[in-house]
Amino acid sequence: MKSDYTATIGLEVHVQLKTKSKMFCGCAVAYGAEPNVHTCPTCLGLPGALPVMNLEALKLTALTGLMLKCQIAPVCKFDRKNYYYPDMPKNYQISQYDLPICERGEVPLYDLAYPKDAQKSIANPGKRVRLIRIHLEEDVAKSFHFESSTGIDFNRAGTPLMEIVSQPDIELPEEAFAYLTSLKQALIYGGVSDADMEKGQLRCDVNVSVRKRTDAAYGAKIELKNLNSISGVRRALAFEINRQIEALERGETLRQETRRWDDDLGETTLMRTKESAHDYRYFPDPDLLPVRTEVFLDEVRSRLPETPWEKRERLEKDYGLSAYDAGVLADDRPLSAYFEAAARGSARPKSVANYVMNDLLSALGAAGQTVEECPVRPEDLKALVTLVDEGRINSKQGKDVFSEMFSTGVDPQTIVRRKGLQQESDLGAIEALCREVIAANPKVVEDYRGGKSVSINFLKGQVMKLSKGKANPALVGETLQRLLS
Amino acid sequence: MSSEDLDVEYVAELARIRLTPEEVATFRSQLGHVLEHVARLNRLNVAGVEPTAHSFPIYNVFRADEVKPSLPREEALANAPRQAEGLFLVTKVLD
Repeated sequence: MKSDYTATIGLEVHVQLKTKSKMFCGCAVAYGAEPNVHTCPTCLGLPGALPVMNLEALKLTALTGLMLKCQIAPVCKFDRKNYYYPDMPKNYQISQYDLPICERGEVPLYDLAYPKDAQKSIANPGKRVRLIRIHLEEDVAKSFHFESSTGIDFNRAGTPLMEIVSQPDIELPEEAFAYLTSLKQALIYGGVSDADMEKGQLRCDVNVSVRKRTDAAYGAKIELKNLNSISGVRRALAFEINRQIEALERGETLRQETRRWDDDLGETTLMRTKESAHDYRYFPDPDLLPVRTEVFLDEVRSRLPETPWEKRERLEKDYGLSAYDAGVLADDRPLSAYFEAAARGSARPKSVANYVMNDLLSALGAAGQTVEECPVRPEDLKALVTLVDEGRINSKQGKDVFSEMFSTGVDPQTIVRRKGLQQESDLGAIEALCREVIAANPKVVEDYRGGKSVSINFLKGQVMKLSKGKANPALVGETLQRLLS
Repeated sequence: MSSEDLDVEYVAELARIRLTPEEVATFRSQLGHVLEHVARLNRLNVAGVEPTAHSFPIYNVFRADEVKPSLPREEALANAPRQAEGLFLVTKVLD
């Protein structure tokens, strides 16, 4: 971005909630089913059918609000958003207008949420993006555009959809990326949504304007549609900000409009201008009664999970991990649970973290398995770290034992015993081996005594060889020094 | 909003209703009466009245998150103007 310009970015994120049934009827919420097999008079918008609120959808929205430090409204209600489009045959979408369930709140942008290539140069470390509101509405049907007609599938119509609206606090494409990454993780942690953008479980509209830093007034607000991945959002914003700056530099005037992102071509194209903007004529839905949230808030509070950013801080504090290690572990909820099961009570939580993040992750990756399917039990990993830590096996052997544990599921003590890997720490036995080596190498002993102190390494190597690698190297060194002094 | 400010043609367009000039005049007069009545309500002193979001003093009508059987697809599609491969077919729309 040219440095005399600045961008102002706000995001509207739509999230499909993980409920079993739809928002206002008992039809199943199912992804990828045959078209129109999960419909009923209510979600088809047939005359006379009445909606009844799904309590779980309200609870999941309030839970999201609590995780993101929103204020939960004591009373909220539903309104009709009127428009004509075949994806919503009753000609209005049930949404929330002036009394949404959550207001304010924030999403923290932590370092690891940024794209990898941008983590080294974060413009505003520790930034928090403020939220305006979170409200609940019903999703619309899915349209398929054919040559000469449009086909409609109502399976998605009426499924609970949560909308999270940010303040225009974001200034850079990388911050939009971090915002979505952090938000997505919170949603997964809370069990609110699977938040998979490719499946449409998390959808995002972006508003972006550009102005000269010296200008007080915001530039024309341009809305971007058709953003299907978090990295796509970053690319679309980078393109669009550049396009707007170039237009302004050419002396053009930008107008409020909606543009479509084409991820293959890597560019945005005009969809519609402000002239055709909608007038939704919201009014309260008389079919639905208002909600007093106090009746379910206590239960929601009891479900409040540790947020990813709280976990990150706790892992650093409780286990002495670096910020980076804590971040990698907290990014992956099952992995961090595994780590904690293995590290709790261990004398070397950092070594446990290293095994989890290096050996375990690469073994799981190679085997195509998830942490939940991991053949190594957390307590066995803890035992392995203890064996290495106490010097009963060396770290090289530790790696080998780990591979064996991963492929067989056998505990490390048994593997060490079976393979005869146990390090020789018996002083008498080590001394005997040292004496044997000293007797066999009089020339080297003479060099050592003559002041060539590195010669002891040769002797040490001979002892290790004689012991078939089993002797405790530290003890061998001490014993040789003692015998030769 | 007074009846002079009422743009009947715009409201008709939003509702996708085509009106004759006579109908526009009739609705302007009738809707004007409605707005006058609302304006009268606006003048009432409601300082001591608790706001409500609905005309009934009832809150929290919920259902548990349980799946109920849906309509058989043939039944759901029975009123479709046209259909193909289980989809409702409508005139091609672009957004």
